Amino acid sequence: MHRVLGDRRAIAILLGPALLVYTLIMLVPTVWSLGYSFTQGNSIDGFTGNGLGNFSRLLSDQAVHDALWFTLKYAVVVTAGQVVAGYLLALLYVFFLKRASALIRTLVFFPVVLPTVAVGLLFQKLFQVAPQTGPVNSLLNAFGLESVDFFGSAGSAFWVLVVMDIWRSMGFYAVLLFAGLVDIPDEVLESARLDGASGLRLIRHIVLPLSLPVLMSSLIFSINGTLKVFDSVVALTNGGPGSDTTPLTLYMFQTSFTYSEYGYGSTIALLLTVVCLLVSLAVYRVSRRDITEG
Amino acid sequence: MPHRTIRARRTRLTLLSAGVTSLAVLATACGGNGGGTSAAPKDFTYLSVTENTTTRTALTTLSKGACTTENAALPLKVETVPQASLDQKLQLLAGQNALPAQFAAGNAPSLTKQLAKSGKVADLELELQRLGVLDQLEPAAVSTIKALYGGKLEALPYEYNIEGIFYNKKIFKENGIAVPGTWADLLAASEKLNAEGVQPLSASGQQGWPLTRLISGYLYRSLGPDALDKVDSGAAKLTDPPYVKAAEEIAALGQKGYFGKGVGSIDYDTAMNQFLTGKSAMFYMGSWALANISDPKQNKVGAENVGFMPFPAVTGGAGSADQYPSNVGLAITLGSKNFDKKTGAWVSCIARNYGSTALKDHGSISGFKVNTPVKDANEVTTTVRRTISSSQQNVLWFEALFSTKATTVSQTNAAGLVTGSVSPQQFMETVQGALAGR
Repeated sequence: MHRVLGDRRAIAILLGPALLVYTLIMLVPTVWSLGYSFTQGNSIDGFTGNGLGNFSRLLSDQAVHDALWFTLKYAVVVTAGQVVAGYLLALLYVFFLKRASALIRTLVFFPVVLPTVAVGLLFQKLFQVAPQTGPVNSLLNAFGLESVDFFGSAGSAFWVLVVMDIWRSMGFYAVLLFAGLVDIPDEVLESARLDGASGLRLIRHIVLPLSLPVLMSSLIFSINGTLKVFDSVVALTNGGPGSDTTPLTLYMFQTSFTYSEYGYGSTIALLLTVVCLLVSLAVYRVSRRDITEG
Repeated sequence: MPHRTIRARRTRLTLLSAGVTSLAVLATACGGNGGGTSAAPKDFTYLSVTENTTTRTALTTLSKGACTTENAALPLKVETVPQASLDQKLQLLAGQNALPAQFAAGNAPSLTKQLAKSGKVADLELELQRLGVLDQLEPAAVSTIKALYGGKLEALPYEYNIEGIFYNKKIFKENGIAVPGTWADLLAASEKLNAEGVQPLSASGQQGWPLTRLISGYLYRSLGPDALDKVDSGAAKLTDPPYVKAAEEIAALGQKGYFGKGVGSIDYDTAMNQFLTGKSAMFYMGSWALANISDPKQNKVGAENVGFMPFPAVTGGAGSADQYPSNVGLAITLGSKNFDKKTGAWVSCIARNYGSTALKDHGSISGFKVNTPVKDANEVTTTVRRTISSSQQNVLWFEALFSTKATTVSQTNAAGLVTGSVSPQQFMETVQGALAGR
């Protein structure tokens, strides 16, 4: 094995095809897009150099500031919701349901396999106020409360989006974290119990530190997914009301493909890439420090 | 040692070949052919939006009837894309110089103007004159197209619509309401209907444009037919007090609950359905709605119970109620590259026959002359056709002269305006900001 991996030609043969594909479908478009961020124009009129014009526009564009704020707010809330709900479910599977958890795991995982558009439509109907009163508003009415136009204001539309995305993906994180929890040796748990640790203390001092690596992986996975949210927003609110639930991805899409401003759209994409990179690095650094301490 | 050198050279050569091959693949994949096909077209492709069925069905009818010969020489081929993806598709095709013979103009006239500027759209005035069929277009339709496209005939009027308010005669009669002649009358009628538990107006806040059409209606009546031309030329701003006043008037309709519950979630079909099932008394819409009104399956109140009135006058305003907003629906334009003799033959046949076919088979009013007399389906259709032929001056709609971005911003914020989440001042500032490119 050492001889094979020590041979440069073998390394080239083994890594070459994967690197070539990665370069062609990931790096080249990224660099290409970076190049576009210094241009203005479109495919009809052609592209001309714009220097740092798009970057200075990015700094002063209120719509970008709003979209960035929405993206960060959404990412923090949904990531926390997905990972916490997933972790609680995983604890439920391992410590309470134990071997009987298969059915519940399948049921909770089910929304993950549903198409986002279908889930979006489902939640639209659940929370709708017109033309028919949806189940949630019917419930409010049953308690003597007025119907709420959930998609008519930024605040309520945001929370419906959050609830939908947590419901949709918590099953996935539950399974991911479940795999981490079942890896904790029974002997460790047993000896902790013999030492008097139980319930929350067992989770706080034994389970949590031992499942921290998989928890951090889930966190990185989740935050990167939520920072790049697109399909669920388009399916549920399409960025509305107005542009109140428009994340950076949707604004980038509209700028590039609806308004034909490919250069500025690429600049927004670059901002999103930088944000993802910084957040991932921050989470990674924090997780490394914690593991060392643990 | 020599053996190693040969092997190293061979490796370098292999790597170099792989690099060159990958670059070639990349160039092929990303570069496109840049020119589309330069040969004569093999078919008469019609690219339109999935949502519009009337034009493609009428063209198919023509291909099997009046235009059989033209179709045999150059077969009609229909392609559709969802309306939301149309602009993107056109830009992509234009970038590759591969626009088809006929295609739906973009969602905002600005894209077609851009295509025309780069020489990708045929000069239809010249081509139709050359074919001897320019006189087959209704002058009102030609003037609407020219007003939209900077004085040029860039599109064919497969539809010609005027807009106004359809009302339920039965509901008006039951509540003792006369057809409102002024804005104050309309407000009084709405108040009375609302008090009686009848929803005064239905509109799609999800689409947004049925609400912004009301703003432009008020602007044209209060400030005159050039109200939005002044915004386009920069002589006025949407944030000027008389313009904000129009937004305030429409916002007030929403605040009073005249559009019913959850207007932001109401889509186009639901709004139409509310009116056609008698759940609302009035419905601002274009004359294309006549197809729905004439369909007994959709219209449960009966076509005889539907009336049509212009957007009412604003007392003391510079505009008048006989200036109807008009449009050519989803305009269809022709590519310059494929406009050869066979395409010309198709266009001539369409110009001579489309008007009658669309009206007879689909109840759709086009901007082509109706050369074969067609009996109107109902009284409201007759009213609208008479109004079209007698109208002296037409106006456009709120976003007609806006950029694509300003159009989107306007339509996505309209629901917020009537639900109160966006103030009239904020609404106009946001749209003006998008217009200014901020």
